[in-house]
Amino acid sequence: MQPTDVSNPDYYHKVVDCQWGCPAHTNVPEYIRLIANGRYTDSYWLNRSSNVFPGILGRTCDRPCEPACRRTRIDGKPVAICRLKRVAADLRDPTDDRLPEIPVVKNGKRIALVGAGPASLTVCNDLMPLGYECVIFEALDRPGGLMRTNIPAFRLPWQVLDEEIDMILDMGVKVHYSTRIESMKALLEEGYDAVFVGTGAPKGKELNIPGRQEAADNIHIGIEWLESVHFGHVDSIGERVLVIGVGNTAMDCCRSSKRLGGVDIKVMARKSRPYFKASPWELEDAEEELVEIVENYSPKRFVLEDGKLVGMEFELVSWHEDEESGRLKATVHGTEILPCDDVILAIGQDNAFPWIERDIGIEFNHWEMPEVDRTTFMTSREGIFVGGDAAWGPENIIWAVEHGHQAAISIHNYCQGLSLTEDRPPQDHNLISAKMGMHEWAYSNDYNPSARQKMQHVELVRRFEELSIEVEMGFDAEQTAREVERCLNCDIQTHFEAKLCIECDACIDICPVHCLTITVNGDEPDLRSRLMAPAENLTQDLMVSEGLPQTGRVMVKDEDLCVHCGLCAERCPTAAWDMRKFELLIPYAGQEAACPSQV
Amino acid sequence: MTYIPKPAVRHPGLGANELGLHMRDYEGTISTLCAGCGHDSVTAAVIQAFYELSIPPHRIAKMSGIGCSAKTPAYFVEQAHGFNGVHGRMPALATGANAANRDLYYIGISGDGDSLSIGLGQFCHAIRRNVNMLYVLENNGVYGLTKGQFSASADIGSRSKRGVPNKSEPIDPVALALTLGATFVARGFSGDKQQLIPLLKAGLMHKGFAFIDVISPCVTFNDHVGSTKSYLYTRHHGHELVPVDFVPIRSEISAPSNNGGRTSITMHDGSMVRFRKVPEDYDPTDRLSAYEHYRSLQNRGEVVTGLLYLDPSGEDMHDDNATTSTPLSEMSHEDLCPGSEQMDALMEEFR
Repeated sequence: MQPTDVSNPDYYHKVVDCQWGCPAHTNVPEYIRLIANGRYTDSYWLNRSSNVFPGILGRTCDRPCEPACRRTRIDGKPVAICRLKRVAADLRDPTDDRLPEIPVVKNGKRIALVGAGPASLTVCNDLMPLGYECVIFEALDRPGGLMRTNIPAFRLPWQVLDEEIDMILDMGVKVHYSTRIESMKALLEEGYDAVFVGTGAPKGKELNIPGRQEAADNIHIGIEWLESVHFGHVDSIGERVLVIGVGNTAMDCCRSSKRLGGVDIKVMARKSRPYFKASPWELEDAEEELVEIVENYSPKRFVLEDGKLVGMEFELVSWHEDEESGRLKATVHGTEILPCDDVILAIGQDNAFPWIERDIGIEFNHWEMPEVDRTTFMTSREGIFVGGDAAWGPENIIWAVEHGHQAAISIHNYCQGLSLTEDRPPQDHNLISAKMGMHEWAYSNDYNPSARQKMQHVELVRRFEELSIEVEMGFDAEQTAREVERCLNCDIQTHFEAKLCIECDACIDICPVHCLTITVNGDEPDLRSRLMAPAENLTQDLMVSEGLPQTGRVMVKDEDLCVHCGLCAERCPTAAWDMRKFELLIPYAGQEAACPSQV
Repeated sequence: MTYIPKPAVRHPGLGANELGLHMRDYEGTISTLCAGCGHDSVTAAVIQAFYELSIPPHRIAKMSGIGCSAKTPAYFVEQAHGFNGVHGRMPALATGANAANRDLYYIGISGDGDSLSIGLGQFCHAIRRNVNMLYVLENNGVYGLTKGQFSASADIGSRSKRGVPNKSEPIDPVALALTLGATFVARGFSGDKQQLIPLLKAGLMHKGFAFIDVISPCVTFNDHVGSTKSYLYTRHHGHELVPVDFVPIRSEISAPSNNGGRTSITMHDGSMVRFRKVPEDYDPTDRLSAYEHYRSLQNRGEVVTGLLYLDPSGEDMHDDNATTSTPLSEMSHEDLCPGSEQMDALMEEFR
C-alpha cells in the first residue's frame, strides 16, 4: 500500500467516527471533554457552531453519531453523545451570549426563504452576520417547522425550541407568519437576490384501501394529527388506537395518543423488527409506555359498522428474500380483524411543490421533485436553492442544518459573484501534540470500563397527566461524570513519524487491542490478513507508514478498535508515536475554514 | 514507566487457546522498564509462546535474580508461580524447585550481569546438571540498572555511551553453553519475534536444559553508534543460521513441499522442531558441527541467531539421579516422611 497521507483532513476526520458520521461534523470528543471539565457554556457554543440547535438536537437528534461511535465496537454500547449535548445545553450560562454581531449597515442583498424550519433558520444564522437581509415566509403562525409541529412537547419543551429559534430570529430576520407562498413566480417577481426553499416534506402518505373514504372521520394522517395536537385543535382520541407504520413519527403518534385518552394502543408493522424504521431508543421509550408493537400485520381494509369505524382487517404475513431480485416478498397466512376506535397513518411523508410553476426554469424529475445539485443545493434555475427535507425527501433535523450551512455558502458565493463550486472554501485541520509531560496528556487517556448510563424517565403514571411533561429528565451530575469518561477521545490521533522509529516493538507489545503491526508491505487485502489481530472491518482504514529506517518494513495500524489510550506514544522511546489533537476546520458562508474551538 | 494500567479491553477477533484463555490472560503487571527496552519485547514473546502452547498459568514457575532482566517475570503470566531470588542465584532456585516438583514448566529469566558475572558459576552448574528448564538470558552488554557500565558480554571495541571502547574479552554465553554440554542452545533477538517465539516454544517443550541467549538492546545506555548490541547493529549483522518452526504435538503438519535442506527433529513428547534451510555442511544435532559453524560465522563479525544445537534424547537431572517420577508436592506425608524406623533401616544399610 502507499503510505497514508495524513495531511488530507479526511483521513484523521474519518477516525473520529462520530464527527464523520454527523452530517454537520460536530466536534463531539472536544465538546464532551469540555463537559467533563465543567465548561458547559464553552461546550454549548462549540456545538452551536456546527449544529446550530444543541438544545433541540440534544433531545431529538436522530443521532447518526451513535451507531458510528467506536465505543460500540469495544463494549457494545455507544457513548450517549446526544444526551451529553443536552447536558451542555441545560447547564450552560444563558447570559453568556456569544452570537456574532450583526452589521447595522446591510450588504444590500435580500434573500427570501420559504418555510421557517431548521434548514431556513440555519441559512439565516449563517447569512445574517454577513449583512444579508433575510425574509422568511411561514405558512403557520409560529416558527420551527416540523421541529415544532411534529415533535411532541413531552420530548421537546417549547421553551427550548423557542430559545434557540429566537437566537436566530433576533439577529433581525424578518418573518411573515401565516403567509403561505402560493406561487414561486410571484415571489421571484418581488426581486430577491436569492430564494431558499426549506418547506420540508409536509404531506403525510395516504393508505388507499377499502373503507378509507367512508371512515375518514376516525382516520388521521400522522403528521397532520400531531400538528393539530400541537395547536390544541385535537385534545382527545378513542380508547383503542391503531397506529399504522413504525417510523419515528409513528412513535410520536402512539405516545401522544396515550396522553390524549388512548388506552389500548397498537403500532402495526408490516415487517419484523429488524426492518423497523424507528430508532431503537424511540421504540424502547414507546414500549416503556406500554404501547404494543405488532409485527407482520399488513393492512387490508377498514371495517365499518353503521358508517362508523369499528376495526381494521390485516393480512398476517411472513417475509422471505426473493432469490432473483433480493427484495423481500410477503407470504400471506390468513387475516385478522382488530377492533379500534381511531387509526393514525404514519407510513411516510412526501414532498409537494404545487406552488412552484413548472415553466420558470426549475427542472423537476419524474417523482415531481426539483433537481437539486448535491454540492451547491441550487436548482437548475440560478439563484433558487433547496435544502432540508424539501431537497430529497424526509431526513432529519441535523441533515437539514447541514443543508442550510451548505446552501448558505452557495447563496453567499452566488450573491458575491463567486463560483459555487470552485470558490467553495475547503475543509482544513489542525494537528497539535497533546503531550503535556512524561506521562501527561491533554486528555483523559485512561480507559474507563463504565457501562452506558441509562436515561432517567419521569415515572409512568405522572407523565400522562399533562401532554407537556418532558419524559426524559436528563443526566444528573454523576451520570454525566461517568458518561463523559466513556468517550475514547478518537480525535486525539496516534500520529506516527516513520523516520524516528527504531523498530523496538514497544508500541506493538503494549497495545491492548493489538492494532499495530510492523511487517513487510503488501496490497491492502494481503496486509489485512497479516496483522496482529484480524482486520475485518473494511469500513475502517489501515494507516500505513513510509518504509522504516532499519529494515524497510512498514508500521501498519488498523484504526478499527484503537481506544486512544496513548500507551503506544508513552512506550515509544523516540517519540515516533505522538498523540495529536485533530481539529477539523469547517468553513461556513463567507469564511475560510473556521476554527470552531476558538468560539 | 507508565502510569495508567493497560486498558482492560481486547480485540474480539482474537480467539482463545485450547484452554479457553485469551492472550491477554497471560499478561502480568505493566512494565516499569524504560520505554523501548528489549526486555519488554521478550516479555511479549514469552506471553505469546505460553498462550500458543496452551500451558495453564498455574503450571508455570518463573524465576529470576537481580537486574533489569529480573523484573521481566513480573510482566508475564500474573497467575504463575514465581520466585525472585538473590543476584545470580536464579539457577540454584530453579534447580531446587525442579527437584521438588518436576511437573511444572520452569522459565528462568536472567541477564548478562546476573548470569555472566556474579552468577557465572551458578549458570554453568545448572547446565551441567541438565535441569529441565528454559533459561532465557536477556543480553544487552551493559549494566543498565547502574547506568551503563560494560558487562561481561560486551564485545571488544564496543563503545559506551560516552564513547569509551571496551578492552576486556567478552564471555560468550552461547559458546559457553555449547562447550558445557547444554542440550538446547539458541540465540534470538528481541526485535525479531517471528524467530524468537518458535525458539521459546521449542525451549519450553524441550526436556533438559534449554538455553536461549536473547540480544535485547538497552535503549537507554546501549543503543548508540559504536554499540554492538543496538537494534541497528543487530539488524545489520544478524545472521540467522537455521530458521526453525516449532510444530506442537497433535497439530497437522502442513509444510510446503520439500525444499532440500529441511530437517525435522521429534522432541520427547512428540512435538517437532523443524529446521528450514539447513546448510549442507551443518548438523544441528552434532555439537562439534554446531560449534564450528558458530565460531566461523562469529569470526566474520556476524551475530549468529537461530536454534544452533539440539540434543533431543530427552534426559534431564531427574533421569540422571533416578529420582521418583512423582513430584514431591503430590506425595503423601507418609511417603515423604516414612518415619524413624525406615530411617534406621536405611542407616543400617551403610554400616
